[in-house]
Amino acid sequence: MDFNFSEEQRLLGESVERFIQNDYTFAARQKIVGEELGFDRTHWKTFAELGWLGVPFAEEDGGFGGGSTEVMLLMERFGRGLVVEPYLGTVLLAGRAIALAGSRTQKERWLTRIVEGSLLAAYAVTEPQSRFAVTDIACTAQADGAGFVLNGQKAVVLHAASADIYIVAARTSGARRDRAGVSLFVVEASNAAGISRRDYHTVDEQRASEVTFTNVRVGADALLGNVGAAADVLERLNDEGAFAVAGEAVGMMEVLYKNTVDYTKQRQQFGQPISQFQVLQHRMVDMFMEYELSKSLLLMAAMRLDKAYDDTARRAVSALKVQVGKSGRFVAQNAVQLHGGMGMTEELAIGHYFKRMTVIDAQFGNVDHHLRRFGSIAA
Amino acid sequence: MDLDFRAEDLAFQEEARSFIDTHWPVSLRTPRGVNSEYGKELPSTVRRWFDALIARGWSAPHWPVEHGGTDWSPTQHYIWDRETARAGAPTAAPFGMTMLAPVLWTWGTPEQKANFLPKIREHQMSWCQGYSEPGAGSDLASLATRAVRDGDHYVVNGTKIWTSGAHAADWMFCLVRTDPKPKKKQEGISFLLIDMKTPGISVTPILILGNQHTVNSVTLTDVRVPVTNLVGEQDRGWTYAKALLTHERTGIAGVARTQAEIIKLRKLANDTQADGACLIDDALFRTKLEEVEVLCLALEMTELRTLAAVESGKAPGPESSLLKIRGTELQQRVSDLQMEALGSYVAPYVDPAREGDNELPIGPAQALPALRGMLYGRAATIFGGSNEIQRNIIAKAVLGL
Repeated sequence: MDFNFSEEQRLLGESVERFIQNDYTFAARQKIVGEELGFDRTHWKTFAELGWLGVPFAEEDGGFGGGSTEVMLLMERFGRGLVVEPYLGTVLLAGRAIALAGSRTQKERWLTRIVEGSLLAAYAVTEPQSRFAVTDIACTAQADGAGFVLNGQKAVVLHAASADIYIVAARTSGARRDRAGVSLFVVEASNAAGISRRDYHTVDEQRASEVTFTNVRVGADALLGNVGAAADVLERLNDEGAFAVAGEAVGMMEVLYKNTVDYTKQRQQFGQPISQFQVLQHRMVDMFMEYELSKSLLLMAAMRLDKAYDDTARRAVSALKVQVGKSGRFVAQNAVQLHGGMGMTEELAIGHYFKRMTVIDAQFGNVDHHLRRFGSIAA
Repeated sequence: MDLDFRAEDLAFQEEARSFIDTHWPVSLRTPRGVNSEYGKELPSTVRRWFDALIARGWSAPHWPVEHGGTDWSPTQHYIWDRETARAGAPTAAPFGMTMLAPVLWTWGTPEQKANFLPKIREHQMSWCQGYSEPGAGSDLASLATRAVRDGDHYVVNGTKIWTSGAHAADWMFCLVRTDPKPKKKQEGISFLLIDMKTPGISVTPILILGNQHTVNSVTLTDVRVPVTNLVGEQDRGWTYAKALLTHERTGIAGVARTQAEIIKLRKLANDTQADGACLIDDALFRTKLEEVEVLCLALEMTELRTLAAVESGKAPGPESSLLKIRGTELQQRVSDLQMEALGSYVAPYVDPAREGDNELPIGPAQALPALRGMLYGRAATIFGGSNEIQRNIIAKAVLGL
């Protein structure tokens, strides 16, 4: 057992920390989310230069050769800063999909550009009816000569409007909820005929779209992995996504409980700082404990995932998402409560953490979903 | 003891339903609902509904008959609240109708009663509540807005904050300090009625979660208020302010509205697919839904007991704190379950400032109103005296601790 980070990991953490502290103040972040694009391309270039866009890819694919521990170090800090750049969609979902399922040629074609920061990608898997079932796919891909024709709708696709490519899950065979028969495709957004989007803002100030594919033709080279065999990759990406946003949530909880402690020491009522009231002290102790428990399961999941993607790792991710779902809600809700009216305002950061936490709970499976999955995997 | 409706209650229920169906028909009951934060002008559908109530004599049912209210029994009030909430019928903002009116008919001068009560009852005049200040939230009695007597006027200076609807209000009832050096801070406070058109008042919006504009800060600079707008005695305002707060708390509990939200939640869970079945049949989700239904029943009965006590002549007392605490906790719990039911569609959001009139909903039609309600609803455990303060009140006033 060893809870220490390697020298390389420590340096990565410090470099992200510096970026958040120096370049990602809350005011700067609010300016970014107010712009049409919803994120900052200059920051994205910085991410590329610092090597962050290659973190979860093997060195032979042009990556940094990092694993889940490195992803955790990044996401916790992104959480603290409420970073809105499309790291999750482009790198951790679309990029990882190509890394896990793509051929050498496909990796050279797409991954290299993701790592260098010249290509943005969106992960278009979930559909209006799928909820948290990753292979509940109604979207179809019919064989057409050497290629395929795609039809169907994808729900809440993050940063679809700015994406150069979509990673699309579509059914090549089987019934809607079958595990077998789902395939993954790379669809270029420039293939615009047949792709329509309804773009919108999300409550956590990101950008997303409902994306509809109507008779979109793709070549044989668009298929990622084997026909009809994407289920395992989709499940794994869902776990990696759950792990990533859980890391983000842990970073957010840390800010929330610490800011609340600071605020209650400043705020005077009844002739004393409100931090002197025992009922508030106990609440903040509970917030702190929720954060620590979530952090523990985050570390466990990172270590399990780094060792092997097996049942033990899957169970650890589900345990983590259950804990983070409960703790995140408790910590965020009480941070607002203890800030009083100020916690309700758009002006203070607290409410923005609260809004992001609301979305995280629903991403990659909520508490109930992962509680059930945890129980279904033998210890 | 008997919980069943008597024949006359059933007849009243029929009458209420048919009135509501006529004047707030199904065609107006959209998932988006009616924003209860009206602007300066009431929407025409809302105005027509209020006019129908006025014509029927039901616009202020809980007021005494002599001021234009009704002589309904607690059961009838209960029926009316349920039926209107279920239909999503518009309700008056509480500030004039529920909170100020009892203070006026108890302590107001004959002129104040005549000038204000009919206009409040007929929705001709909207009010806001000048209570909280930047330095006086939970500790409301430490308020510092000064009123200095100058001939026939008070000259008022200070800042109020979290003032709901101040941007649309015609008048504000306002707590001011008339004695700057009282023996106890609860003394030396007075209760003034201030015309929002008076020179020296400036209203600044405060945007809350999701860019919703309901609250404001209000700055008063040398605002001259006629002494005839003092309610009750000078320096005795705390008594009136506290009485008003018990009415506010009972209203905040909003059990009937929560019941209507639970019905919507059930429908949403019925319409939502989860792992090839209905979400309502998901054992984990269903258990949580049934738990809120049980709590809602318990609150409903508690509210009825309070109502019956009030009807038999007791003023709502510290029990209103119980309803406020558990009622707001339940509202938030129901909102959280609505968010759970929405799954991925918890994310899409339309900024009120950018919203078009005929925009198609993204995901389920109830998603956006539920999300906005959840965000705004986080304030429910903060305003009207935070739930922490309410627990202090029960500890002291009920348990004698």
